Amino acid sequence: MVPQLSRVRGRRVRRPSLTGSGPSPRTGLAFTGTFALGLGLALASTALAAPDSATTTPASGSAPGALSDIEKTGFLAAEAKRPSGAEKILLVGGTVMTAEGEVLEGGSVAFDGPQITYVGTAQPELGPDYQVVDATGKWITPGLIDTHSHLGVYPSPGARAHSDGNEATAPATAGVWAEHSFWPQDPGIQRAVQGGVTAIQVLPGSANLIGGRGVVLEMIPQRGSRAMRFEGAPETLKMACGENPKRVYGGRSSAPSTRMGNLRGQRAVFMKAQSLARKWDEWEADQDKTAASGQKHKKRLRDRKSESSSHPERDLDLESLVGVLRGEVLPQIHCYRADDMLSMVQLSQEFGFKIRSFHHALEAYKIADILAEQEISASTWADWWGFKLEAYDGIPENAALLHAAGGRSIIHSDSAIGIQRLNQEAAKAMWSGRHAGLDIRPDDAIAWITLNPAWALGIDHLTGSLREGKRADLVVWDGDPLSVYSKAEEVYVRGRLLHRQGDETLWSDFELGQRGIQ
Amino acid sequence: MIRTHAPRGSKHLVVALSLAAALNITASPGQAAPSDCLLFHEVPTYLADGSLKTLSVVVRGDRIVASGDALSDVNVDGVQASWRGLTCSKAEVPEGAQLAPGFIELGSRLGLTEVDLESRTRHHDAGGDRVRASHLVADSYDPRGSLIPVARLGGITSAIIEPGGGQIPGQAAAVDLSGDTQRQAVFETSVAVPVGRSGQSFGGHLDALAELLDDVRAFTRDPRSFDQNRSRPLVGSRRDLEALGPILEGELPLILGADRAAHIEALIRFQEAQDIRLVLRGGAEAWRHADALAAAKIPVILDPVVYGPGSWDAREARPDNAAILAAAGVDVLFFIRHHSSHFARKLAQTGGNAVRGGLPHAAAMRALTAAPAEIFGLESRGHIETGALANLVLWSGDPLELSSRPLLLLIRGQPQPLSSRQSDLRERYRTLPPAVLPETK
Repeated sequence: MVPQLSRVRGRRVRRPSLTGSGPSPRTGLAFTGTFALGLGLALASTALAAPDSATTTPASGSAPGALSDIEKTGFLAAEAKRPSGAEKILLVGGTVMTAEGEVLEGGSVAFDGPQITYVGTAQPELGPDYQVVDATGKWITPGLIDTHSHLGVYPSPGARAHSDGNEATAPATAGVWAEHSFWPQDPGIQRAVQGGVTAIQVLPGSANLIGGRGVVLEMIPQRGSRAMRFEGAPETLKMACGENPKRVYGGRSSAPSTRMGNLRGQRAVFMKAQSLARKWDEWEADQDKTAASGQKHKKRLRDRKSESSSHPERDLDLESLVGVLRGEVLPQIHCYRADDMLSMVQLSQEFGFKIRSFHHALEAYKIADILAEQEISASTWADWWGFKLEAYDGIPENAALLHAAGGRSIIHSDSAIGIQRLNQEAAKAMWSGRHAGLDIRPDDAIAWITLNPAWALGIDHLTGSLREGKRADLVVWDGDPLSVYSKAEEVYVRGRLLHRQGDETLWSDFELGQRGIQ
Repeated sequence: MIRTHAPRGSKHLVVALSLAAALNITASPGQAAPSDCLLFHEVPTYLADGSLKTLSVVVRGDRIVASGDALSDVNVDGVQASWRGLTCSKAEVPEGAQLAPGFIELGSRLGLTEVDLESRTRHHDAGGDRVRASHLVADSYDPRGSLIPVARLGGITSAIIEPGGGQIPGQAAAVDLSGDTQRQAVFETSVAVPVGRSGQSFGGHLDALAELLDDVRAFTRDPRSFDQNRSRPLVGSRRDLEALGPILEGELPLILGADRAAHIEALIRFQEAQDIRLVLRGGAEAWRHADALAAAKIPVILDPVVYGPGSWDAREARPDNAAILAAAGVDVLFFIRHHSSHFARKLAQTGGNAVRGGLPHAAAMRALTAAPAEIFGLESRGHIETGALANLVLWSGDPLELSSRPLLLLIRGQPQPLSSRQSDLRERYRTLPPAVLPETK
């Protein structure tokens, strides 16, 4: 999937909707806007395109070229993806919360392996080979998605040797990738799935102004993180503002030690990235010119080969930022205070990129109008506050007020415990809003933990709601998912049953043999 | 040594005017005559065992003066009510509402902290010596702390506030979440002594504690020798050793943390050997020794949402921990692990999750009300009975369900505002941009 690029006032910006999974307009040219940042894209067309993948169109942006080739060979998954579910299942008679504004009483959901084939209340004609499951008294929702997890990078049990979430050695480390820290044996992964979670964004911590790349994973366990990558998900970048970076580095008497130091640090690296982006633009334009001049195919290839040796020098850190400037890497910014968020919006406007989600965003309610207008989502908690000064004004109606202002609210966990009950957190946030007189419906609250996070991660065209054609990522609950007493009874990822209540098979190698003689 | 600030049973007269104005609980807007009592008429009410029964409850002053399922001396005529000839306001009770004792937060930092990362806002750590048993955390309690109204909105009416730091950080105190002064809020300055833990082995931790208790015994036997410098060197100052006396008497419990099953086993032995009273906090693997804990009568303060091997001491943390313990007869209590009292309002959800994990609903309600009151000696709180203090919450529904909220909250009979600086912030930013300045003409 290659987000389309266009030029606005001399800057590259992503067009408003990130839905394109087709080729970029420049396909066929070298570095069709995929470039370093397009890693995930290059992958999608190779390693991630498992034979059984049926839901997504692999990206086609990986035209021949030195850089793409480097990326492809460097980031192939060494293991095959686990196959999708192979069964055809029709769940009948449940309460279906679609996360698209519709709740279907006595609804049905059908899926054929990895893909949803029916959502509705009629008797679908699907053929005789569907296994019909009575879902009377059950609730069916899309699989839950957490935009903010440190599973795998700060895994359980807490251990110094596994503390891999913050590369706190320099304030800007855009070249580190969370997936390279991710420990796929984290027992927390299975606990999250038992809570109904089917996809997560794993992020580096917030010690750094630019923390590094996040990674979107589907919750099917693998031996390595790469094969867990959510096929078709764009790259993401973690950034942070406010107290954390200035505390970490200020505490060492190095920069930044103030909020203005934070901004200087971020502006300085984006300026560098801007200049690198310009060089790539120029180089690519040269390539375009050569191609357009109608030279013979052979000569073109020869030229390209010689040109490629003179492409701008590769820079792991800056390339992540160039990706942000080109709209291909979705910025995910840790930020609490309203004025800090406004500083980040200013930064994004100075350099011409779009912030996809503010994380924690406890004061989103103070700038709900601006966030709605700017189409920036807020990933927040239901009721966390006060643990530090920039969290002092957190209120439980935060998500509801942003929603009411037309913004995109998301409930995230940032916690190995919280991720086990995102449904409860969404319920609390909904009820806080309703008690304050805001019109929040149950399906809205479900969207806060499904469709909206999918949007923040650029995968809302693939998952996040119950709709024909989307991935069969879904949860069957034994009761209303917005009740404290309900449990995820069955959890499907790509149509594959990963959890069934009562099944105690432990996934993590760590947990094997830890329980003594039972 | 139990010191008390506030006289127990101090009378706060409730008049209908203030009640009606603050709460709009009377159905008749025109009614202006002062009333002497507040009546909850035939409301589903939680009993001390956590079960639900429809009762009528009369509150007068700071107390519950009558409660029962058929109060013969209550007369209700429409919106008018009377009890023994006194005019009562009748609380408006919407369909589905339930009356419960106020929750009691344990290990609380309410009134002791504002912002955890700002050390100058924290007042739970006396600093200095390893042993600071005479430290009264109650002296630091600020009844106007901004966390308190937020906690009240979670249905909490009282708290056991705890000091922290060192081996013996000081005396835990009991407070009601109302009042403007320590005198009004603090009702017991010593209800328990928490034990801190440094990096040593669990055995070393217990050994250091045993050594301290030995010295307390030596001091208590012969304080004159200590005063005249004739005793062997003892751990702790005179004030500290004196302050720990009630531990030996079993008058105050020690609160000790442990998660790992093996450590809990050692802790049970320790209680027996020392002949003292322990309360276990943490208890992630306590279910493994449920019967032994029940036999030793050691209550367990646990967080029911801890599931998965978050630490090496909790490799067998499981969601039915509370259920297993309660079934074995252990007194189960709840706390919110990993977070300070900013998160106190999650207590109800915590109880709900214990039920989700298999604990009977009644046991979860008891764990938040009557059980902590009994264990920490707050006899007049935590239950709804004639003579008890009126620390009451009228919930819109099942108190443990996420959709419920307090509709009316009384502390010592006084209705509390259901607002906080958070609700002030909400109102300020309900329309954007906020109207902080007066409109320009």
